[in-house]
Amino acid sequence: MSFINYSSREINCKIVYYGPGLCGKTTNLQYIYKKTNPEQKGKLISLATETERTLFFDFLPLALGDIKGFKVRFHLYTVPGQIFYAASRKLILKGVDGVVFVADSQIERMEANIESLDDLRINIAEQGYELDKLPYSVQFNKRDLSNVAPVDSMNKLLNPRNMPWFEATAPTGSGVFETLKNVAKQVLIELKKHY
Amino acid sequence: MSSDLVMYEEEFQQIDEELQRLFQQANAKVVFLVDKNGQLIASAGDTHDIDTTSLASLTAGNIAATGGIARLLGEKEFTILFHEGEKDNIHISLIGQRVILVVIFDKRSSLGLVRLRVKKASETLVRIFNELTNKSDREKSEGKTEDSPFAEISDEDIDNLFK
Repeated sequence: MSFINYSSREINCKIVYYGPGLCGKTTNLQYIYKKTNPEQKGKLISLATETERTLFFDFLPLALGDIKGFKVRFHLYTVPGQIFYAASRKLILKGVDGVVFVADSQIERMEANIESLDDLRINIAEQGYELDKLPYSVQFNKRDLSNVAPVDSMNKLLNPRNMPWFEATAPTGSGVFETLKNVAKQVLIELKKHY
Repeated sequence: MSSDLVMYEEEFQQIDEELQRLFQQANAKVVFLVDKNGQLIASAGDTHDIDTTSLASLTAGNIAATGGIARLLGEKEFTILFHEGEKDNIHISLIGQRVILVVIFDKRSSLGLVRLRVKKASETLVRIFNELTNKSDREKSEGKTEDSPFAEISDEDIDNLFK
């Protein structure tokens, strides 16, 4: 649910990074924060535990620029990936305009990826949306590790609709902006359909 | 699917006036209006030293978490939250199920005064937001508005955002 303000000429949209625990959602946001000009970003807020596991959410407001005289702002959120934070995850999906599913490419995390994707589908449905109708990109993260699953098989498993997907190594930034750019574009195209 | 929030100049003025009134009558330091999804809608008072974007997002998170607790307990919603600090206090209330009104105040005011003024302002704000929803539904059903930023948006415009 985006917020279009004709008075201040702003468009605000919400993008949520979803995925299993330790897949690199927060790392995505940290890299985006690090590489964005100071005037384009707000504070990166992390509600995390002492061991830096996300407890509630991370939040990063980004001001990308103008479209037809309207300031375009994206609010990026991550969910806490650990299974037992299910209740919090649901809350963060409220009013979402676009989702990035961050998958952990390590073979031993495939089950966690599938579980998280199922969880996403259910939680989205509970908000009254349909995952298949939302702007959505998939990121296969941690491609720099040695024990990774082939992209083809991950795609079959986690991206049956064949939505745009990206290989990434979040700490070095590889694939991070490509993913963000793609989902943001989908969100704006979706808005265009309605207004 | 819940609809997008669209704000027009006329309603924004009305909201702004109401917030200014509340700010003065409640003797507040700052007054904010935030969308339930964490977008800042309007504010009154001295916001210079405050990161309003973060505040809006965290307030919405707070309301969402409290709403989650409410449902676990069989309540529909807790409509008022109050946090007391050493110097500043924050009064958060949910208005018309849709927006969050935040009042920050110190010892120059009191919880009782804030509650009273918030209640009054809420009634006006609910009315404005109802009008706003009707108006945006109307404009949406009538087709694209003339100055819609999306009317002629091109792929190039979108690409330019990411240069």
